[in-house]
Amino acid sequence: MDKRGNLLDVRQLRVIFHTYRGLIKALNGVDLWMDKQERLGIVGETGCGKSVTAQAMMRLIEEPGKITEGEVWFENRDLLKLSEDEMTKIRGREISMIFQEPKSSLNPVFKSGFQIKETLLNAKKATPANAEEEVEKILGYVGMDASRVKNMYPHELSGGMAQRVMIAMALATQPKLLIADEPTSALDVTIQAQILELLSDLTQKMGNAVMMITHDMGIVAEFCDRVVVMYAGNAVEVAPTKELFQNPIHPYTQGLLRAVPRVGRPGELKAIPGTVPDLVDPPEGCRFHPRCDYAFDQCKNVLPPLLEISAHHYVSCYLCQKDGCPSAKKAGEEPW
Amino acid sequence: MNIWKYLIKRILLMALVLFGVACIVFFIAHVIPADPVGAILGGNAPPEKIDKLRAQLGYDRPLIEQFFSFLKGAVVGDFGVSIKTNNPVMTDIGIYFPATIELALVAIIISIVLGVFLGILSAVHRNKMVDNFSRVFSILGVSMPVFWIGLILILIFYYKLDWLPGGGRINFFLDPPQRITGMYLFDSLFTGNWEVFRDALLHILLPAFVLGYNSTASIARITRSSMLEVLGQEYIRTAKAKGLKKRLVIYRHALRNALIPTITIIGLVFGGLLEGAVLTETVFSWPGLGRYITAGLLSLDYPAVMGGTIYIAFIYSLANLAVDFLYALLDPRMRT
Repeated sequence: MDKRGNLLDVRQLRVIFHTYRGLIKALNGVDLWMDKQERLGIVGETGCGKSVTAQAMMRLIEEPGKITEGEVWFENRDLLKLSEDEMTKIRGREISMIFQEPKSSLNPVFKSGFQIKETLLNAKKATPANAEEEVEKILGYVGMDASRVKNMYPHELSGGMAQRVMIAMALATQPKLLIADEPTSALDVTIQAQILELLSDLTQKMGNAVMMITHDMGIVAEFCDRVVVMYAGNAVEVAPTKELFQNPIHPYTQGLLRAVPRVGRPGELKAIPGTVPDLVDPPEGCRFHPRCDYAFDQCKNVLPPLLEISAHHYVSCYLCQKDGCPSAKKAGEEPW
Repeated sequence: MNIWKYLIKRILLMALVLFGVACIVFFIAHVIPADPVGAILGGNAPPEKIDKLRAQLGYDRPLIEQFFSFLKGAVVGDFGVSIKTNNPVMTDIGIYFPATIELALVAIIISIVLGVFLGILSAVHRNKMVDNFSRVFSILGVSMPVFWIGLILILIFYYKLDWLPGGGRINFFLDPPQRITGMYLFDSLFTGNWEVFRDALLHILLPAFVLGYNSTASIARITRSSMLEVLGQEYIRTAKAKGLKKRLVIYRHALRNALIPTITIIGLVFGGLLEGAVLTETVFSWPGLGRYITAGLLSLDYPAVMGGTIYIAFIYSLANLAVDFLYALLDPRMRT
């Protein structure tokens, strides 16, 4: 099988959640891939399956959730086929994660230094003898006063400091892939920029690939090499960042970009009509079709495949296959 | 460090609580419309004899004066002389209390070990067989009356199976161990008297289990629910994403947080144990403080009742002081 990325290749990932309301079809065959040292952005609205994708890749989906189908190729292993023991050796060592709420993501009863040390020892990246030293070194990398911070409990840290500790913990083991699940959403704007810069510097120096999950187009533009746009459990458009901003093709991506406020263009903000579909009973075919201005019969029946329509630009939309992707131009609007 | 300040604050609060208990106990004892002097001398005693005894016992003094002399005595542990046994109340407590505290300690140990274990098992295997079993076990524990379980267990294990003795602290034909603490288990252990130790252990098993069953159930239920809550926290996801083994995630990261509410319950049920001992001691003919106080109450032996009650309140406060200390030890957020 040919791999689309030399680090990660996720194929047709499907995740469901059993709830009292019924079966939630959270991921509807997600496809995404990454090269080594690449920075991939995953964008989409709340509930579109960004975080579920990341958690499914790490096999952290808990009851009542279940991965029903798909492959997650990480280098040469399908993570979904590994035993739980083998998987614990991937987590934290090869793939690390940081989260949206740094303060509640740290265990309140342990000192931050201990939590980093524990990670190092668990991944065998330090020995009990030099662990303390390593912790201080790593805390230094993330720009903190190591001797003070390592003895502090999470409730004594500010949000920004806690996220730095999380980053220190995640990168301490030199993982090949760092998954950052909305790492700045819960922080003050000024701190957001610092954290983003820190992430950028460190991962560049250490050569980690980064999967940046966010709903902030600004972060995507600034940080990512390539972007996956997700909608209701599907990857609908995949393109290099610049290409995506200049030439968005999927009607949802276009809507998403038009909904971002920009300086110097007042009054142009446009919302996408309708709301995110209920995933207990999602629309047949393309899940975006009820909100799409261009939908036709085919869209309502079968989910369009994700096809490469120009170099490195993939779209899951029948419009492109019909008349060579003119949807943006057809509408007669400048996309961005 | 802050923890000392915290503890001193708790000790002062404890003194305040004990003062409150002393007030309540004293005034309730004097509000009860019964006359101890009459009870001692009988209904046909001549008035001058009654006055003499009343003066001798100090009941002719103004109430407030009696209260202050009672308080003064209580501070140094002098609760006066028992009307019934003619011993200083403190001496009687010294005789009867070790049996009660031994029973309560064994009961609390059984219920902590069993309760916490069942609670964890229940939470980790939620809605599986183990969970259902432990939930039924818990419901039975909180809903069955102590004396009834006691009688049923005596019927099964003593009368039918003859595996365990039916009552008392020790076999009639054995000499109690040399008195060091008054607790047979400890004393026989210290003196290396294995035969007595074994016999005392067999005697204490049933009453301790009966006494502890109710608290086992409470502890199991609280541990289950707090464990379930903690297992859903974000720092548990972090611990898993770090690549820690399930065992470490549960026993290091989750349990320490989940134990905080459990500790509160342990402090509270310990009071219940001392109180429930009255019934258990009666069913199992266990010569403890509970029976001493009940007997005192029936014969209007006020010094014995007040002294015994305050002593138990004191022990209860000590247990809760230990709980507060454990709190601070477990949860760094409490130390401020």
